[in-house]
Amino acid sequence: MALTAGFFYLFATLSVASAVMVIMARNPVHAVLFLILAFFNAAGLFILLSAEFLAMLLIIVYVGAVAVLFLFVVMMLDVDFAELKAGFIKNAPIGLIVGGIVLAELVLLFVGRGFGVGVTQQLGAPIAALGKEASNTQQLGLVLYTKYVFFFEVAGLVLLVAMIGAIVLTLQHKANVRRQSIAAQVARTPATGMEIVKVPPGGAVIPVAAKSAPDEVRS
Amino acid sequence: MTDSSWQLWWDYGLWFAAIVGWSVLTLVALLLIIAFLLLMDRKVWAAVQMRRGPNVVGIFGLLQSFADLLKFAFKEPVIPAGANKGVFLLAPIATATFALAAWAVIPVNENSWGKWVISDLNVGVLYLLALSSLAVYGIIMGGWASNSKYPFMGSLRSAAQMVSYEVSIGFVIVTVILCVGSLNLTDIVNAQKTGVGTHAGLPASALDWYWLALLPMFVIFFVSALAETNRPPFDLVEAESELVAGFMVEYSSTPYLLFMLGEYVSIVTMCALATILFLGGWLPPVDVAPFNWVPGIFWFLAKSVFVFFLFAMAKAIVPRYRYDQLMRLGWKVFLPLSLVMVVLVAAILQYTRVA
Repeated sequence: MALTAGFFYLFATLSVASAVMVIMARNPVHAVLFLILAFFNAAGLFILLSAEFLAMLLIIVYVGAVAVLFLFVVMMLDVDFAELKAGFIKNAPIGLIVGGIVLAELVLLFVGRGFGVGVTQQLGAPIAALGKEASNTQQLGLVLYTKYVFFFEVAGLVLLVAMIGAIVLTLQHKANVRRQSIAAQVARTPATGMEIVKVPPGGAVIPVAAKSAPDEVRS
Repeated sequence: MTDSSWQLWWDYGLWFAAIVGWSVLTLVALLLIIAFLLLMDRKVWAAVQMRRGPNVVGIFGLLQSFADLLKFAFKEPVIPAGANKGVFLLAPIATATFALAAWAVIPVNENSWGKWVISDLNVGVLYLLALSSLAVYGIIMGGWASNSKYPFMGSLRSAAQMVSYEVSIGFVIVTVILCVGSLNLTDIVNAQKTGVGTHAGLPASALDWYWLALLPMFVIFFVSALAETNRPPFDLVEAESELVAGFMVEYSSTPYLLFMLGEYVSIVTMCALATILFLGGWLPPVDVAPFNWVPGIFWFLAKSVFVFFLFAMAKAIVPRYRYDQLMRLGWKVFLPLSLVMVVLVAAILQYTRVA
């Protein structure tokens, strides 16, 4: 138990500290790296709750994919710090109002209900049906695909719509840009791909072949 | 202190010592094996090109890797003036650490003494998947922190490449997990004691392993593992004809050594994972007298080295892919194929499984 408590305070402190550093760091890339550290510590907290499946998913999905794309975008930005600071002063009141509302909500929530009330009762609920032996992957699957299947499917649809939206926004075939057709390239044979021209000595007739070549590639 | 608390400390101490001992043993064995696998890689490559390969340091060049180690360790580490120093040094350390951490869950044998693994995690496969997806950070951080064009381009390529192939590796692993019904790596190996061969009435043999039952997935896994570890023919991250050495251009000495070490450790991890998922781990090829006397660890190592040999041959005989072809292969060929296989395997299992 002492060990568990020690690890809890380690992960909790580090995750709060790195979350603070996310908004304090001057360099945006450092901020993303601190965000990743915060994810790691959250995964550690999940493991302490013996929810190792969720911990691994957190690392695979958020750290392994989402944060990589964050980093990808942030690294390519050419951030001008002076401009960023000017924006900070201008937008500070709005930010303070939003932050204040969220803080007030959280305070009200916790003052009303207290920390962790009800969590201990809920913790073992799905396990009861299977006995203590079932792994938490199994428990998660049993509630996710039965009791919460509707929410699960709806979440999937929302993500699908978001994905299609992103593709529709970015995918455009311009008429004046030549595109590569892999199938056409693979289907080329010596018969369709090249032309042997008999050139009489001293009378080169290149223009015909040169003109037809680009059309061959396009088809 | 009371007696019981002394007992508690004693128990923790023993447990802690056992874990540390196992970890050190695993790391030392792993690094020694990698030193020789590196030589094997170069020898295979040389043999394909009809050269001799390293043969000067030690007999048959056996000490070449150790000579390289000394050279790397004693050179001066150069940090470019424009580099982001902290991230620049963090990158190789992260690469090597994530790669080595994967070996905490890889079981190498199981016998009457128990399971030969540091941590018998019940989500072992997910842990490996998570760590292999973290390998990209070393490369991205290294490329960005170098503050130079070629490393940055290399790291951008790697980010897209590794995230893409992770998806197909994930689906391949899902099909195996569907067949086993467990995320534990030891369970995955033990599930391969029965399979296609035993259902046909033969004794337990290599035919039971999943390479046969899930043959297309084995091929996809192998190719995706090449791409995931940035091995040729998918080493566009460090394509020397275009990017000099990709994300490693600015690295020298020990940081470079850590990058190379991380790369080779993750390759060996992938070989071990292929062995566990598809080649029956430590199970003997035929479960009869002379073969099942051999300790399981020998079979595990032999199979892993065989997969590594395939990696080395792929490096030697296949030309490098173009970047758009790489992306096409990942998203338009492997992803639909593995997705269809997941559905197919799940359907077959649903209708054949005895209720």
